[in-house]
Amino acid sequence: MEYFLQQLINGITLGSIYGLIAIGYTMVYGIIGMINFAHGDVFMVGGFVSLIAIVALGITGGSGFFPIILALVLVVFIAMIIASAYNWTVERVAYRPLRGSFRLAPLISAIGMSIVLQEFVRIAQDGRPKPLQPIVTGGYEIMSRAAAQGEFIVRLSNMQIFIIITTLILMAIFTAIITRTSLGRAQRSCEQDMKMASLLGIDINKTISITFIMGAALAAVAGLMFFLYYGVTDFYVGFLAGIKAFTAAVLGGIGSIPGAMIGGLIIGLIEVFWSAYFSIEYKDVAAFAMLAAVLIFLPQGILGKPEIEKV
Amino acid sequence: MAIVPKSNDVMTETQPLNIAAIAKDVLFTAILAFLILGPILGLKTFAITGSLALEQRWGMVSVFVAIVAGGRLAYHLLVWNKPQAKPARAISMPTLPVMSFGKYIIPVVLLVAIFLPFLPGVDRRIVDLAILILTYIMLGWGLNIVVGLAGLLDLGYVAFYAVGAYAYALLATIYLPAWFGDGIVPWAFFITLPIAGILAALWGVILGFPVLRLRGDYLAIVTLAFGEIVRVVLINWSDFTGGPAGIGGIPRPSFFGLPFTDGEGGFAAFFGLDFKPIHRIIFLYYVILVLALFTNFVTMRLRRLPVGRAWEALREDEIACRSLGINTTSTKLTAFAIGAMFAGFAGSFFATRQGFVSPESFVFLESFIILAIVVLGGLGSQIGVVIAAIVIIGSFEVFRELNFLKAVMPAGFDPVQYRMLAVGAALVLIMRWKPRGFVTRREPSVILKEKKAIPTDLVAEGHG
Repeated sequence: MEYFLQQLINGITLGSIYGLIAIGYTMVYGIIGMINFAHGDVFMVGGFVSLIAIVALGITGGSGFFPIILALVLVVFIAMIIASAYNWTVERVAYRPLRGSFRLAPLISAIGMSIVLQEFVRIAQDGRPKPLQPIVTGGYEIMSRAAAQGEFIVRLSNMQIFIIITTLILMAIFTAIITRTSLGRAQRSCEQDMKMASLLGIDINKTISITFIMGAALAAVAGLMFFLYYGVTDFYVGFLAGIKAFTAAVLGGIGSIPGAMIGGLIIGLIEVFWSAYFSIEYKDVAAFAMLAAVLIFLPQGILGKPEIEKV
Repeated sequence: MAIVPKSNDVMTETQPLNIAAIAKDVLFTAILAFLILGPILGLKTFAITGSLALEQRWGMVSVFVAIVAGGRLAYHLLVWNKPQAKPARAISMPTLPVMSFGKYIIPVVLLVAIFLPFLPGVDRRIVDLAILILTYIMLGWGLNIVVGLAGLLDLGYVAFYAVGAYAYALLATIYLPAWFGDGIVPWAFFITLPIAGILAALWGVILGFPVLRLRGDYLAIVTLAFGEIVRVVLINWSDFTGGPAGIGGIPRPSFFGLPFTDGEGGFAAFFGLDFKPIHRIIFLYYVILVLALFTNFVTMRLRRLPVGRAWEALREDEIACRSLGINTTSTKLTAFAIGAMFAGFAGSFFATRQGFVSPESFVFLESFIILAIVVLGGLGSQIGVVIAAIVIIGSFEVFRELNFLKAVMPAGFDPVQYRMLAVGAALVLIMRWKPRGFVTRREPSVILKEKKAIPTDLVAEGHG
């Protein structure tokens, strides 16, 4: 029971991060119908920029509560701006000229862009993993089991609280933007019918660009949290995290934002429980098998609309 | 014939430069370049005891930002102020001569390929490179069946390559000697080759079956996931596959039982030649050449069979296929199986050439390079695959030759480090410039009365 609870906490934390990345996939896929393969790498860039900003600002675990919170807000802000610049440029350089082109062209170009980002970071920052001392430390003991039944303490760390709260805040802001603002309305209309939206005076290019920027900003926050949670980052983390987040987006129903969050939580929980109860080596296999199973048995996802094929 | 609108003749004068707009755009580009390059390139992290420190490299950043902004300015002044004459798109069916250049190029390329090891100036390094290129050509042709003919997008093709390589490695090092004694080892390659192909084809069916209903990007991502599953299993199933360390000591192929060794009973002694290590390399070259040509031959023949025509019909329109009574399940599965079989052959060859296999060789990047070869060549084009494989694999090697750059660039500059970066960027640029690949016309598989080549704009790329 205690062990289960601990894994539940870990799973929700990891799932929140996947959910934030998945939103970028789901929005881009919903609007322009392509997998932004470079999104996982934008997430990685977000993590790296956060790492650099943290080192540059000289934040350490002993800086005190308020300085750390203030500094992290600043770091998040920097990472969001830089990651947005990356994703905006990727869209302009690699996707926009190929919109409406032959179907495989954007896919190849997206994977090419993903390689470019990985290799750029690898060359500029060398390939070694970058570890950092934990910054957000401490936590609470929620429950403990007596030594007689095998001692086990359920911990909820401050880092996990930080991740879950940040995710909730971002989700609230994001949902408000999508449902309440004219920008959100433009995005939803582009998703439904791009041609009609442009006939009604919506600037499609601008809307798509903003979608990429929003996705990148969320991915940058996820990158920071992923890096702080594991305490290490390297140039390759974006690939696996990207595939898992895409799985989350598909599982939740592509194009659906609450779906992406639910999908992220499910993928995070599956990965953590699989590692805890079965084998840690095959946790990626579990996520990939989940992807295949979902696409085969539930292609429209949990909250998605079934696709009707017209002749 | 394309109809060129007359209005283009009038607009030949250069338009006046809008200086303010250009300045704004160049400034914006510079800021963007600074945001992108600044943190990652300008502040390099490195480990000092127990922590990280930063090395500042703003000089390098400013040089790159200046290059980007300058390039943008040059574009404004030299390219974009000229009126762009866009020819009207004519959707007519041009009667192109049927592969006129292919008719003459193909025999020449084939002759060069056959005599390559004996041409003057060809040393071991070139034959090695040719073997590598031919391996990729074979993989490209194999994947062309799945992607180019049947229109099924497969991003996990390297899984079948891995199945073939591990099948040969395990059979030749452990199982065949255990079952039939050590005498079988010189023949292991020829015995295992068909087995590896069959196993890979079987895996093609096993992996193909669940994804029959998927199409497009979904199919791509599931096949990618399958490829990764195979790799993760290879890493973790240590008892069977040797884990991350892989399998070493794989027997090298023999010349139909004659080993390539010095002394009595070897290949050189049997034919009365002087022993040279290159004999084995040349033999390997011919093995892969024959395998690759076999792949090509089978593909060209299959295209004319009902199953091949069903593949192409499937690529054009799946619903129409079903309504005409084509069994889409078996059509898709045969495409997966036959494509996978050739990857299995190539994998077995890879294992015998390297003498060592490990999961490192079967990463996603490998699948992507093969797919890039197929797409870059022009989907479905056999000669296109050859051109694209030479360009891509050849360009990897070119980076090894760029040592003179070390003299010009700052210390610690190694051109080989930049090859994947360059290939990634090149793919993005080529997709912008020629999204349909190098060879953009195809010969029809079935003809009525006269032979006409089809521009690929009129060929569907498939939904699957």
